[in-house]
Amino acid sequence: MIQQVLFIFALAFFGFVIRKRVLQLRNNVRLGKPIGKTNREPERFRNVLLVAFGQKKMFKRFIPAILHLFIYVGFLVINLEVLEFIIDGLTGTHRIFAPYLGSFYTGLINIFEFLAVAVLLACVFFLIRRNVLKLPRFWSAEMTSWPRLDANLILVTEIVLMLAILTMNAADQILQTRDEHYTITGSLYFSGFLMPLFQNAGTPALLLIERCAWWFHIIGILGFAVYITYSKHLHIFMAFLNTYYAKLEPKGHINNMPVVTNEVKSMLGLTQGVTPPAEPGRFGAKDVNDLSQANLIAAYACTECGRCTSECPANLTGKKLSPRKIMMDTRDRMEEVGHSLAKGGPGLNDGKSLLGDYITKEEINACTSCNACVESCPVLINPLEIIVELRRYVAMEESGSPPAWNAMFQNIETNFAPWKFSAADRFNWAKDA
Amino acid sequence: MNVPTLAELTAKGEIPEILFWVGCAGSYDDRYKRVTKAFVKILNAVGVKFAVLGTEETCTGDPARRAGNEFLFQMQAMNNIQVLNGYGIKKIVTACPHCFNTLKNEYPELGGTYEVIHHATFLQQLINEGRIKVAGGGPFKGKKITYHDSCYLGRANTIYEAPRAVLEALDADLVEMKHCRATGLCCGAGGAQMFKDAEKGKKEINLERAEEALQTGAGTIAVACPFCMTMLTDGVKAKEKEDEVRVKDLAELIAEAQGLT
Ligand code: SF4
Ligand code: SF4
Repeated sequence: MIQQVLFIFALAFFGFVIRKRVLQLRNNVRLGKPIGKTNREPERFRNVLLVAFGQKKMFKRFIPAILHLFIYVGFLVINLEVLEFIIDGLTGTHRIFAPYLGSFYTGLINIFEFLAVAVLLACVFFLIRRNVLKLPRFWSAEMTSWPRLDANLILVTEIVLMLAILTMNAADQILQTRDEHYTITGSLYFSGFLMPLFQNAGTPALLLIERCAWWFHIIGILGFAVYITYSKHLHIFMAFLNTYYAKLEPKGHINNMPVVTNEVKSMLGLTQGVTPPAEPGRFGAKDVNDLSQANLIAAYACTECGRCTSECPANLTGKKLSPRKIMMDTRDRMEEVGHSLAKGGPGLNDGKSLLGDYITKEEINACTSCNACVESCPVLINPLEIIVELRRYVAMEESGSPPAWNAMFQNIETNFAPWKFSAADRFNWAKDA
Repeated sequence: MNVPTLAELTAKGEIPEILFWVGCAGSYDDRYKRVTKAFVKILNAVGVKFAVLGTEETCTGDPARRAGNEFLFQMQAMNNIQVLNGYGIKKIVTACPHCFNTLKNEYPELGGTYEVIHHATFLQQLINEGRIKVAGGGPFKGKKITYHDSCYLGRANTIYEAPRAVLEALDADLVEMKHCRATGLCCGAGGAQMFKDAEKGKKEINLERAEEALQTGAGTIAVACPFCMTMLTDGVKAKEKEDEVRVKDLAELIAEAQGLT
């Protein structure tokens, strides 16, 4: 009875905290410009299904893909067991499904245990890869202490949670032989290996171990759910949203600016079909509120894997640009503004901005718009879109592009070519043949 | 070499099969002018009825848009669209992946919808139709050639196979670089980088790419983009390999194999 009350209290507490944080995340994303009506829904759902649900783009690198798949499937399936935990916790039952499912239950729990072990091994491998083998993309400049700690915390937590399940099942199986109150689960393969560890313990001690493991696992999962909302691990939810909103045009296409179209049309005297711009606002992006909500969702979907940066030609040749950092900066700035607003602070008017305080011109100027980052991202994030928006602000609001670019702009304006050649000479190549 | 302009043809009441969009590099860059001419010679030889805009053509606006100057891009685009629509253009072929991408993907939103084809695809079509024949493999038979994927053709528009099919028609020994197709390494010129110095780093991108190309041991580096041409030629020069290794456009290779030079 006490356990039930405690459980309801815990559930309510974590539910409250998570809800608050989710609302905060929603407000943060709403800082951005509305995505507008989305079109081509069948293709969007196809992307969600193939890329987020089906992990299609992960399989460009096989070994991490398989290990990641274990963790991913483990996450999906083990959460079924959490359902049983919650029912048991609320009603004070123990393994409520076991009597109904019989030997099917044994099979099910064995599958859960297999996945728990697979998750555990995958996490150990990932920890080694990050910290011992020191894969360069996990140690580059923007991977400062927090991103590295975050990644390690996630992996260690998952290992500990999996160990809790196995411990619980081992203790439970011994108790089944001593006390008829314990529902028979049938023999469980993986936790069976742990049974000798507990065989000599007295029944009260085992009872304590089993209960502690149970509570540890469920509280761990609830706590982890809160933690996720602050962590790069948020990608497990945001990747689904992001693949839905991902760009469907060919990668070479750059988003049009209808505001500019209206102005150019009226400058050229093409007034037909021109709707007067309501509020032109800012051209391009200086801060997170100038980006679209899709860009902000992408920033939360980024899992900091660095595949983009490891393919970026600018980064490969030692320039400051890192597409992963573009996404991390966008997220950090959005969080900063969001926190400030939630506390009644100045928000966007804190004297800082995404461009300048987080991302420098040197970084965005180095991009060759080659789309290598876009191609490599396993969850269809497009750092290039943000880079172009920042360049637009610099070019059109500040006239602050590099001098050589300003000269190029001028050449196009006066000679209709990016080089300083006379427009009248354009066709000379045909004459000197 | 016969290069009719659209104005001339229209005056005669004729309609060309295709408009050949030459592009700024193809018009002004000394090296790429040779590619323009090679492509025109192929068109002449095959008997494709084409026209160019001549002095009526202007920059598509691609570098302006990518550098962030959306106003300038749209000014250019609207003017070009007015000219193209004025002539009733339906089909455009261009040797520049940047012009190709902009005309194909970015002009429709501004009122200019055409069938746009890059010359790699166009050459492949001519080969498939049997209009271009490379008898006995020509001078490139069995020679090692490596192809550098232009980002604006490859990743940007997923055209990976057409240029390779053209090279295979030469009976050449096609070797791939470490980075190719979807993971191709940029030459360093896209996104308006062609028009300014690179940011500070350890190395120039074109040097990195030239090294990859040289590692294949190929005597010819095939390109399909004026910017890639410049960057890789410079890279090969910096490695002092310009006497052994040549950088050539697909159109030049076909023209050469056809004895059109
Ligand atoms: S598009 Fe820009 S940021 Fe992305 S990989 Fe290419 S150079 Fe790097
Ligand atoms: S943007 Fe994509 S590829 Fe880059 S770090 Fe984030 S998740 Fe990885």
